[in-house]
Amino acid sequence: MALDSEKRVFKVVGTRPQRPDGIDKVTGRALYGADLSAPGMLVGRLLRSPHAHARIRSIDSSAALALSGVKAIVTSDDFNSASNSFNQDVLDNCMARGTALYHGHTVAAVAASSKTVALQALKLIKVDYEILPHVTDIADAMVADAPVVQDGRGAQDAPAGTSANVTDVVAFGHGDLEAGFAKADKIVERTFRTAATHQGYIEPHACLATMGPDGKADLWCCTQGQYAVRAFCADMLGMEVSQLRVTASEIGGGFGGKTTVFIEPIALALSRKSGRPVKIVMDRDEVFKGSGPTVSSLTDVKIGMTKDGRITAAHAMLRYSGGAFPCGTIEFGAMSAFAAYDLEAVQTEGINVMTNRPREAAYRAPGAPMAIYAVESVVDELCQELGLDPLDVRLKNAAHAGTKSSYGPTFNEIGLVATLEAAKAHPHYSAPLGVNQGRGLSCGFWFNFGGNTCVSLNLNADGTVGITEGNPDIGGSRAAISQMAAEELGIGYDKIRTVIADTNSLGYNDVTDGSRVTFAVGLATIQAARDAIQKMCSRVAKLWDIDEDAVVWEDGYAKPAGANAGEFEPMSIAEIAAIANNTGGPIAGHYEVNADGAGVSFGVHLVDLEVDPETGFTTVLRYTVFQDAGKAVHPSYVEGQMQGGSVQGIGWALNEEYIYGEDGLLQNPGFLDYRVPVASDLPPIEAVILEIPNPGHPYGVRGVGETSIVPPLAALTNAVSRAIGKRMYELPMSPPKILKAIKG
Amino acid sequence: MVKVVIWGSLRTVTDGQAEVEVEAATFKEVITQLEAIHPGLKPRIERGVSLAIDGTIYREAWFMPVKPDSEVVLMPLMVGG
Amino acid sequence: MNKIHVTTTLNGDPAEFLCEPQETLLDILRDTLGLTGAKEGCGSGDCGACSVMLDGRLVCSCLVLAAEAQGRTIETIEGMADGEKLHPLQQKFLDHAALQCGICTPGILVAAKSLLERNPDPTETEVRYWLAGNLCRCTGYDKIINAVMDAAAQMRGA
Repeated sequence: MALDSEKRVFKVVGTRPQRPDGIDKVTGRALYGADLSAPGMLVGRLLRSPHAHARIRSIDSSAALALSGVKAIVTSDDFNSASNSFNQDVLDNCMARGTALYHGHTVAAVAASSKTVALQALKLIKVDYEILPHVTDIADAMVADAPVVQDGRGAQDAPAGTSANVTDVVAFGHGDLEAGFAKADKIVERTFRTAATHQGYIEPHACLATMGPDGKADLWCCTQGQYAVRAFCADMLGMEVSQLRVTASEIGGGFGGKTTVFIEPIALALSRKSGRPVKIVMDRDEVFKGSGPTVSSLTDVKIGMTKDGRITAAHAMLRYSGGAFPCGTIEFGAMSAFAAYDLEAVQTEGINVMTNRPREAAYRAPGAPMAIYAVESVVDELCQELGLDPLDVRLKNAAHAGTKSSYGPTFNEIGLVATLEAAKAHPHYSAPLGVNQGRGLSCGFWFNFGGNTCVSLNLNADGTVGITEGNPDIGGSRAAISQMAAEELGIGYDKIRTVIADTNSLGYNDVTDGSRVTFAVGLATIQAARDAIQKMCSRVAKLWDIDEDAVVWEDGYAKPAGANAGEFEPMSIAEIAAIANNTGGPIAGHYEVNADGAGVSFGVHLVDLEVDPETGFTTVLRYTVFQDAGKAVHPSYVEGQMQGGSVQGIGWALNEEYIYGEDGLLQNPGFLDYRVPVASDLPPIEAVILEIPNPGHPYGVRGVGETSIVPPLAALTNAVSRAIGKRMYELPMSPPKILKAIKG
Repeated sequence: MVKVVIWGSLRTVTDGQAEVEVEAATFKEVITQLEAIHPGLKPRIERGVSLAIDGTIYREAWFMPVKPDSEVVLMPLMVGG
Repeated sequence: MNKIHVTTTLNGDPAEFLCEPQETLLDILRDTLGLTGAKEGCGSGDCGACSVMLDGRLVCSCLVLAAEAQGRTIETIEGMADGEKLHPLQQKFLDHAALQCGICTPGILVAAKSLLERNPDPTETEVRYWLAGNLCRCTGYDKIINAVMDAAAQMRGA
């Protein structure tokens, strides 16, 4: 759906009204996943493997079932075979089938009359494990004789000499690398390591499942996509999708980690078996052990540059591990690594390697942060070696309209050069730096998508409008959607109420991911509004007894198109809706689409920091984010995405990592030792929004939610490297690692 | 005829060709023809592919028209977070 | 098992409940008293999402045994507004878009109110350090700090 060709002056879009769910959230009234209960409800708890890798010889639940108050126990035997291998992997990750694949892998689940009884019952379940050799590190998992995590999943075209843990082999790029490197005055080749990190949402996974004796079920859960939950669970329980109605609660953070299922099929299976509602809430320990962290990575990057700063060739070999299952995230890493650059010769190769760790789930621009971290670090090192300004070098090599991207297609209009120029002109870039201080920058990139979307827009007799959409609001999207409808209908923002529907109320909606909601749901809302307008005009035309095309919609009123059409008083939504019963029935607009044309998004981040040479502690002093939003519908929430993603990236760069022991057990499954940024760690985060309209959306909107997590990793690496005078090649740059680098 | 750019690791099933020419006027016809000419592409296509047509990524739009001079690039199906 | 009978004052009103010895105040607030505003983010006092006031002192309710509430005064997020009238902090959070998912918001509001009761004119650094016990993963804290500073200024009549 193309950008409106007339240059538009917006009345509501671009302002900062109060969000509709705001009052409920500041008063504690809003209902999240764990906030609902049901009469007769049982508490569900999960038994998790204490071993990193073990065959399950048998599970004896008899003693547990005999405990008073225990109503049902399920294992993998209680589930259907999934209809495809992807869903089977999701299911096997929810509940181990024959083998526990990682520390914390669920092997059984109990529903009981109270938490106390459920926890007691877990202790009584006897699991006979045969401990198997394990592997948690990528390099260890790749060697030819490494313990194999799952048999028969290895890729046919895995590199020679690697183990059967190598799944997914990819390559992208174009041009003659050898010729390109020959032209370079300086070549830098480095290896980078990142650990698995977690999305860190403050709300643990929670759900309440109720299945009746007729096989119909209701599921309440915190999720980024109730339709995806329905699809997974129906498949795993052998239900038709119409039998399962899923309602999304308010969600306490997701960032990609709640786009799949972990406990929901289990709650449904327990409810089916016990005949009672079952509520499962993960505790924090379980979230770290049993949900979906990112891939870890081991990446080689080689870039050649001329002495005046032109990149002549670029190569990357990426090795990712998405835990104990095959994982396609390597594709996005390999595609995005060099996306910010206009290159004649570029090649990325990638593999995924299985390890005995939890199955990966998406985390804001999945695959891109660790790839771009490595690339932007090498570019910076080249700038240092050649004595060149890092922003000027980015500008010299920046992708622009007409660039053949490193992943194949030619770019149309993109905002990278504009964001780089904005960064260069900003006072942050020329502010003075003190002792032990360093400045770093990085570009960032993400694809953004559209996807399957349904919106229904209903007109009420008092002139108010009800919008029904199907995407959980993770960042303020209900406000933006209401704004776009208000803009299109020409009425006040306060006349619109946007709610998120259960799976029965609308057709399929893709999950809230890919920075898609403001773009795709917005586009569908605008079209639904136009549909309603057309229907209103049609009613009015009948009323005035004139042709339908003689009625126009302007500023919230149906009006005659011109003097020739006749003299009629304009009619408002309220007036038209009030007589809807007489003119044909209730009036609603709707729109269903698989939206494309989301447009890629670029950003640039600048950071100043200071490293204490005695402790290795890093203080972030100043942070500025530049990002192209296309059109910022609600600027506060666009800023919010830019700031939030940046801080997650800061945590990733400085402190966050999954730490495994020799025994394959996760050592830091809690917020004390998995240290995310707190308020006192940070300065203000300045967000500079650029608006280069996206031709694929009527108002020019681009997705913004994900790109901001990408630049901080290299921006902070480059700043620390400059502050201490030594390059860093591993994340996180926690104090012991920085001290080690300083001491040499 | 439309030229479809094939990404690096898939070229093992297209006899090493980086570009495959197909007779097609829509997204669906491109995919069907690719499978017919190089059956080795079937598993990947079944797992999910998108097409970038003249710089815009179309995830699964069968009826999207493709012109003979369009730039068409085969891509993995996109997922986000 | 014999439950313990507890009498307390909750958001200004008398309240009583039965609890098991190991149950936390957070468990009772949410599961017995139906006040789900306080959230369990970690159960170990690291995230602050369960923050409440106990006898005028800011605490993590996941670290308080329910039985310890005997004879004491509890204030939760549900008592912060005065009927329909929002507390200035609540209003400023809305004005400044200082929340995205909102799960940390009740805890942060209770904590911020506690700060302003002791120190009506905090510096930005003081606000950041006071709120260091409240994790937020969505906002990066920027708008939260702005909202608290602005509410403080309004409450001082500045």
